[in-house]
This record gives sequence, C-alpha cells and structure tokens, in this order.
Amino acid sequence: MSRLAATFESLKAQNKTALIPYIMCGDPDLGTTVKLMHALVDSGVNMIELGVPFSDPMADGPVIQAAAERVLVNHVSLADVISVVAKFRETDTQTPVILMGYLNPVEVMGYDVFAGKASAAGVDAALTVDMPPEEGEAYTRLLKAKGIDPIYLLAPTSDEARIASIASVAGGFVYYVSLKGVTGAATLDIDSVGSKLTQIRQQISLPVGVGFGISDAQTAAKISKVADAVVVGSAIVKRMAELGHEPEKMIQSVIELTSSMRKAMDQA
Amino acid sequence: MSDSIDSGTDTVIDFSQMPDEKGHFGIYGGVFAAETLMQPINELRDAYQQIKNDPEFQAEFDRDLAHYVGRPSPLYHAERWSKMLGGAQIYLKREDLNHTGAHKINNTIGQALLARRMGKTRIIAETGAGQHGVASATVAARFGMECVVYMGAEDVVRQAPNVYRMKLLGATVVPVESGSKTLKDALNEAMRDWVTNVDDTFYIIGTVAGPHPYPEMVRDFQTIIGREARQQILQQAGRLPDAIVACVGGGSNAIGLFHPFLEDKDVAIYGVEGGGDGIDTPRHAAPLCAGKPGVLHGNRTYLMEDNDGQIIETHCISAGLDYPGVGPEHAWLKDIGRVKYDSITDAEALEAFHSLTRIEGIIPALESSHAVAYATKLAKTMDKDQIIIVNLSGRGDKDINTIADIEGIKL
Repeated sequence: MSRLAATFESLKAQNKTALIPYIMCGDPDLGTTVKLMHALVDSGVNMIELGVPFSDPMADGPVIQAAAERVLVNHVSLADVISVVAKFRETDTQTPVILMGYLNPVEVMGYDVFAGKASAAGVDAALTVDMPPEEGEAYTRLLKAKGIDPIYLLAPTSDEARIASIASVAGGFVYYVSLKGVTGAATLDIDSVGSKLTQIRQQISLPVGVGFGISDAQTAAKISKVADAVVVGSAIVKRMAELGHEPEKMIQSVIELTSSMRKAMDQA
Repeated sequence: MSDSIDSGTDTVIDFSQMPDEKGHFGIYGGVFAAETLMQPINELRDAYQQIKNDPEFQAEFDRDLAHYVGRPSPLYHAERWSKMLGGAQIYLKREDLNHTGAHKINNTIGQALLARRMGKTRIIAETGAGQHGVASATVAARFGMECVVYMGAEDVVRQAPNVYRMKLLGATVVPVESGSKTLKDALNEAMRDWVTNVDDTFYIIGTVAGPHPYPEMVRDFQTIIGREARQQILQQAGRLPDAIVACVGGGSNAIGLFHPFLEDKDVAIYGVEGGGDGIDTPRHAAPLCAGKPGVLHGNRTYLMEDNDGQIIETHCISAGLDYPGVGPEHAWLKDIGRVKYDSITDAEALEAFHSLTRIEGIIPALESSHAVAYATKLAKTMDKDQIIIVNLSGRGDKDINTIADIEGIKL
C-alpha cells in the first residue's frame, strides 16, 4: 500500500481527518524548507503539500504568487524541489509528500524524467494545476507507472460528468476547491461544501480533501467534520512571508497555526 | 524565399478543419486550465459552437462590422513608397481606419454579441498596449455592460492616453502589480477574476491565445481582414498577392489576414515578431523565432522560457508585441512550414514608422511598424510586378508619446 493510502487508512481507523499544510518550496531557502517539513510533522500534520514555484500561477491568489516570486529570485527549480523531498526522506519515510505546481516546468523536464526522479526521491503524489484529464492521459499513465498518485482538483462548478471523468483518472485523493475563486480567497460556506462533498462521494471512492479559503482553526475544525483532509495554504504562506527573514521564528509561527488546527480538528 | 514556404505543404491540409474538436492544432493549443476554469471554458465552447454557423448571429455581426466598425477597411496601394523601394508593389490593409483605430474591435464586437446571447452582464479583458482594452470598453459601453480591464502597472504608465480613453468609456482599469507588471500578468489576473465571477462574467481575450475555443473563435472573428483583402486585391490587381505580411504578438491580426490565404500555395506568408534589441540578445519578444514549446495561459505553444520552464520577461518597443507566448495556430503553421516567422528589431521598426509616416502620410502603430519594416526588406528582393499585402493593424497616434520619449522630444 502507498504511503498516502496507508495514512488515510490509519486516520480513518482513529476517526481523524488529515491535516495537509501547503508550503512553497525554498521559502526562504531550501534548507529551511526541510526543517519546516519536519517541524510540521511534529506539530501533527499528516501529509505535506510542497509548492513548486511557477512564474504565472493563474489559479493562485496574491499570497501564493508572492511566495513564488520570492523563491524564483533564487531560481528554485523543479529539480531543487525534488532534491528537498529526497533530503526530507532521509529521516522521514512515513509522511506523504505531494508536489503542487503548474505544468510548464514538468513539460520542460519531460513527463517520464519527472515521474522517475520524483518517485526515486520519495514523492507520493503530484497535483498539476493546469493539467486537466482531457490533456493528461499520457502524463497520468507515466505518473502511475512510477507509483505517483495524480491528484485532481474539483470545483463548485464541476458537474456530474466532470466528476465522473476525474473519478476515472484520479489517484490518492481528490482535492475539492471550496469556493469560486483563487487560493487564499475569503469566505467559505460550510453547508454548501458539505452538500457538494456528498455529490462527489457518490461517484468517487477516494478520500476527499478540501482547501482554498481555510485560514483558521475554527474553519479547519468545521471542514474536518465533512472532509477526509483539510488543506491549508495561504494562511501558512502569509506567516512565512512576514517572518522569512527570521527562519526559526517563521517555523514557530507556522507550527503554532498547524498545532492549533490539529487540536481544533481533533476536538470537533 | 519561396523554397522555405513550399517545403511543408506537400500533403493536403484542410485548414478550415483546424483545430480539432478539443482545440488542437497538431501538438499545440488544447485546454490546459485549472478545474476551477473548466466549466466557464466549456460553457463558452458550447455557446460558440452554437452561434458559429448561425446565420442570424453572423448577420448581426456583419451589420455591426459595416455600420459600427466601418468595414470594409480599404486596401491601399502605397505607390509612392513602393516606387521608392524599387521592388514589389505594396498594398496596405487599412485596419488602422477601423473605429477605435485597430483590428481589435472586430473581435470584441463578436465576443460582446456572444456575451449578450449568453446572458452575461459583465465583461472583463486584459490589455497590453491598451488597444484591446479600449475596444472592449467601447463595446461594453455600447451594449450597456459593466467592464473591468486588467492592465500591467508598467503598461498603465506607458499607455496613459489609452487608460484615460477606457475610463471615459466607463470601464474600470485595474493596474496589475504582480510579476513583470505587463500583459502576461494582466492575463493571469483576468483569469482569476473570471474564476471568481463565473456566473455573470464574460472574459474577452484579445488575441488568438488562451484555452480552446479562444484561438479558434478570435481567429474566426478576425478573418474578415483576409477575406476582404483577398477580394480587394483580386478587384484591384486582378490576381492574388505574391506575399502577405503581418506582425505577430499573440497573433490575431496576423491570423486574420493569413487564414483566408493558407490554401493559396503561391502566396508566401510572413509573420513578424518583436525582435527588441535582436533575437541574439536576451531582450526580445520572439518566441517563434527563438523560444521553445511549452504550456502557458491555457494552451501549448512556443514560449519565452528559461531552462527551468519559468516564463521570462520579454522586451519590445511596442507593448502589443510584448508577450512571451503566441497563438497555438501560429506555432503549428511554423512547424508545418506554411508561414515563415522572422523578427524585426526596435530600431528597424522605428525607422519604418518614420518612413511610412513621411512617405505615405500614414502613421502606423509601433506593432504594425514591424510588418512595415519587414515588407521594406522583402520588397527590395522582389520584382516591380509582384505584390505584397501588409496588414496595417493599427494607427500610431497612441504611440507618439513613446516615440517622443525615445527621441528625447518633450511634447
């Protein structure tokens, strides 16, 4: 069984929801990213979504775009991100790592080369934001051949037919975007999220994560009642932006947030 | 020059059947978008398929092109200029005489009519030089729709008169501060708006890029340029041209002129990119000449990118050509060899700007000046009884501040 499936299974047995933080790789530097990943695991997160920077992150809001711009000043590449995972795996062989980014860096590296290198480094899954199933047949096949789960997004606007087409190719879990908008947008309607998840689960047996717009422990706790995983991105990346010049304080600030979310989710 | 044109056209290609139903031109085009955008993209694709062959819609479109845009635009034989160059006869397709001063309005009329049919009440657009923004604000005013235009903060400064025009027309202009603060970032921001406001908003893309159906739809709205030019040259000269030339940023004016001539094998076709300081320097905007295939803004095409797949900043004197990608149909036409793509530097474009202004009394847009400069070189290699059509895609009034700045003149 994959690390990802095993993690979801064990959480289910404990009646817990997965907490998945998103961090931008290389923010503020690659060494700090590895430290932060370990600190996040110690704070109670179950998987880590590691952002691969891209110059034109169309589906992201200003917070994540600014993070990408920060790390691109240092030319953090897809190969660097993969090497960070390899470093993390030296002492953590359990926690699943999901790469999240855009297609073009992967196009340049080559789908098969990417799948091979990522797999060898211990990457468990890849969410490629601008690669929909219609275009991704070969890509998905190459990822799966190397044991990497292709993670797909679902949106409030995804209809039955699209949910079905994504169900046929997705691996690991599906990631429900909880609002119409970009990452880091403000409001979240818990009831409508709940009813959409019911619709999704009629067609998809994989675990369903929810993200976009979850910024505090209270919201995380509410979402954890309906979702299999809670993804938190912009709220974390915002703290990283504020304290990037003091990496130790930055790590403290981030894990304060994830610890409080973990606690609230477990009590919900 | 003709041998480079013939090489790829041995097999018979039905150009009218491109793209395929998923929006592919060979390996290019397609829909590379986040799931959050798929529903509005598919809704648009279905709506466009419906009106594409609807005679009522086409009649409405044709009526607006005639009475609001002022079509057909003239095909003008630049006799004095041709004579001075001493080579081929040059004809200018006068898109600069359209309402709002460029070809952009052909497309915004088409998309605004479609938006109205779809019941959308709010229009968004991205703009670089401001021409597409003005054309969008214009049709929004006419149809009584709300209009928001995203424009790179750098471009807002560079193109202040167009910003003011848009505001006069009732549009809200949002300066985009992210990334390189130019056209590509404006496009990112418009996409974000669209994702957030899918229910009532129609996104008018200004060029033949973006996810399917945009490259096909914008092309179809712009082919009026080539259809007219073809008919006009047959009337005026009694035959087809030997060559046609247009500038290529995203490539909408170019595809509009080229498409109706693609099957005329004896017509050589030239697309001219913004060469900036020269394509052997890092400062240019010529992905077809010096870029690599990749994926950006919803389609696979040639891009200006670094070795890690990050999009790099482009440079071109004309804001309208200052874009790191290009329409996917151009990428395909390059690969099959039907169109030859070349570049013109800032300096060459400036020189052509002045020449045409002084010799023919026509002030061309800096974008179009690239095509004019290329035609200048080309004409000299051809005979006096040969014919070149140049797409004069826009007028240069908007550029006079830029040019005065470069030449150290205070207005």
